[in-house]
Amino acid sequence: MTEKTFTEAAREALTDAMDADPTIFVVGEGAGERGGNFETTLGLYEKHGPVRLCDTPICERGFIGMCTGAAMTGTRPVVDFMFTDFILDGLGELINQTSKMQYMSNGRLKMPMVLRGCIGIGHSAATHHSGSYYPLFAHIPGFRVALPSNPADAKGLFATALQSDDPVFFMEHRQLLSLKGPVPDGEHRVPFGQAAVVREGTDATIVALTVMVHHALQVAEELSGEGVSLEVIDPRTVAPLDMETILESVRKTGRLLIVDETFMPCGIGAEISAHVTEHGFDELDAPIMRLNGAHVPTPYSPALEQAIVPDRAALARAVRGLLAE
Amino acid sequence: MQSDAGERFELHRWLYRTMFTIRTVEERLARSFMAGLIHGACHTYVGEEAVAAGVCASLSEDDAVFSTHRGHGHALAKGVSPVALIAELYGRETGVSHGRGGSMHLFAPEIGLMGTSGIVGPCILQAAGAGYSAKLLGNGSVGVAFFGDGAVGNGAFHEGLNLAAIYDLPALFVCENNLYATEVPFSHASRNPEVAPRAENYGIPGVTVDGNDVLAVHEAASRAIRRARDGGGPTLIEARTYRTRPHAEGMGLTGVYRTEEEVAAWREKDPIKMFRSRILSDETMTESDLDRMESDIKSEVDEAEQEAAAAPWPDRGTAARHAYREAP
Ligand SMILES: Cc1ncc(C[n+]2csc(CCOP(=O)(O)OP(=O)(O)O)c2C)c(N)n1
Repeated sequence: MTEKTFTEAAREALTDAMDADPTIFVVGEGAGERGGNFETTLGLYEKHGPVRLCDTPICERGFIGMCTGAAMTGTRPVVDFMFTDFILDGLGELINQTSKMQYMSNGRLKMPMVLRGCIGIGHSAATHHSGSYYPLFAHIPGFRVALPSNPADAKGLFATALQSDDPVFFMEHRQLLSLKGPVPDGEHRVPFGQAAVVREGTDATIVALTVMVHHALQVAEELSGEGVSLEVIDPRTVAPLDMETILESVRKTGRLLIVDETFMPCGIGAEISAHVTEHGFDELDAPIMRLNGAHVPTPYSPALEQAIVPDRAALARAVRGLLAE
Repeated sequence: MQSDAGERFELHRWLYRTMFTIRTVEERLARSFMAGLIHGACHTYVGEEAVAAGVCASLSEDDAVFSTHRGHGHALAKGVSPVALIAELYGRETGVSHGRGGSMHLFAPEIGLMGTSGIVGPCILQAAGAGYSAKLLGNGSVGVAFFGDGAVGNGAFHEGLNLAAIYDLPALFVCENNLYATEVPFSHASRNPEVAPRAENYGIPGVTVDGNDVLAVHEAASRAIRRARDGGGPTLIEARTYRTRPHAEGMGLTGVYRTEEEVAAWREKDPIKMFRSRILSDETMTESDLDRMESDIKSEVDEAEQEAAAAPWPDRGTAARHAYREAP
């Protein structure tokens, strides 16, 4: 184990994979010589040159389409978007083309493509630099969606993404980029569809995504002083989503809260909640609760920004409400 | 003759005032950024003031401007007050977007500022849309897009120009070619170093101007705007200019992408300095007129900054408002 930041850990997975697999290339604005806007490709240009570290013009639709064609013809593109918001210019390509090629070709084509970018509210980035949109991608057949919450998972999930023959969204919360943590040395892969029980407990289950995992762990720690025992689950990927681990936890605790920074309607919380209701209704001692960010574009002013994201106080209140049911 | 001279004086005064106001506000914002008063990203327009001023001089409040991430200059030239701009970057309720937007989401539709944008490209399409409205409504107004050389490689450039061309829309497309997109030279993003001649592909006029010469920008823009209002269709203007501050505050002024010498050479061609000597040689204003104007603007901006810093924060209870139309 070595202590690394989230960004360094993901970069290590990319570095190793690029050494091992000469078909991998990275495209993005500043992904070449500059080493990536968020240092995602630092040092790689010097090693692999401009064909494998490709700087693009500002044409997201263009390079998503180009990479789709490349992935169909024997290479493995990694598209580095800086911000996930910029992916949206290429939605037609992604949803009509990238996600459907394997199916349309009756399985004869592969689509080994990784789409990475920052997500998340914070830094007063306002509404064109803070979107998450993973429920949208998880809704579409053909896509995989990975949401690492710590450096070790950033490395492990990125390594898995770089070997996947399905298109994978690898989404990095901006508030986590400089987070440090222990990262396994050498080869480290986290399989998709395997949730992590990041804290064990018996009174209630909190399912938390990306940055909310950290809030949930802090609240669990705070409330343990009051004798409350919370189990915290980090799904790590939402497509596929490991429902079995969540159901197993609910069988033990009987109570479930899902906390997610993204919008509530048609979100991951709705999906988990429906699933638990369908397959674990008899295990529930209380209605399932969801805690989400407000259903609104992200405001700029810190005064407004803070008001639309679940914080620890809101999470603690929600947990108390759930336990009182 | 008398009235010609009067008009020229008014024009020069407005242009100088606008450019100097933009410069003063931007330099103030750069200091505020260092002091931590600005919460998000801040892309300043220092060095490019002649473009916004030269174009907006021929626009009225009924003309619709669509801008970029580097939009403070467009907002000020279109009539946003320094205090409303600074307060917005400070995240205050009195800001031009009531604290919802910040630098990259400045909106003042009541005076035709239809938004700065955090996304590169859409302004070109939206200006075509404003042209479409103007054509349908027959109201004689014009849609104007400002965008960088970075947007030229984006599909929106091709689609927007083509749409405006085939429908003869009253639109003006102003490419502010400052040679770099973030830190990527235009020569790395395009095999063709020219932007304006691309207009020919769409069957519309394309004009290259010295973007640091405010009178040249003004002349090209006023002709294109008149043409658009008269039903002659869209024009593409390429204004060759340079930003003499970093891409965004907090980033490097130079680096692998450009040299100290290059920045220094462009500082020699400072649009405000150049216009100042032009005014003095044309004798439209005197040295002391200009000095007085500059010191007035400096105190106005100082006051605006103080007012912005003292302004209230938005009420957090309103954070979710306006995602949808509210009943009046
Ligand atoms: C669709 C999209 N992709 C990427 C970005 C990130 N980005 C912000 S500014 C910028 C460079 C813009 O360059 P240019 O259009 O030439 O304008 P300049 O900054 O030079 O004024 C980039 C790539 C963005 N805002 N929108």
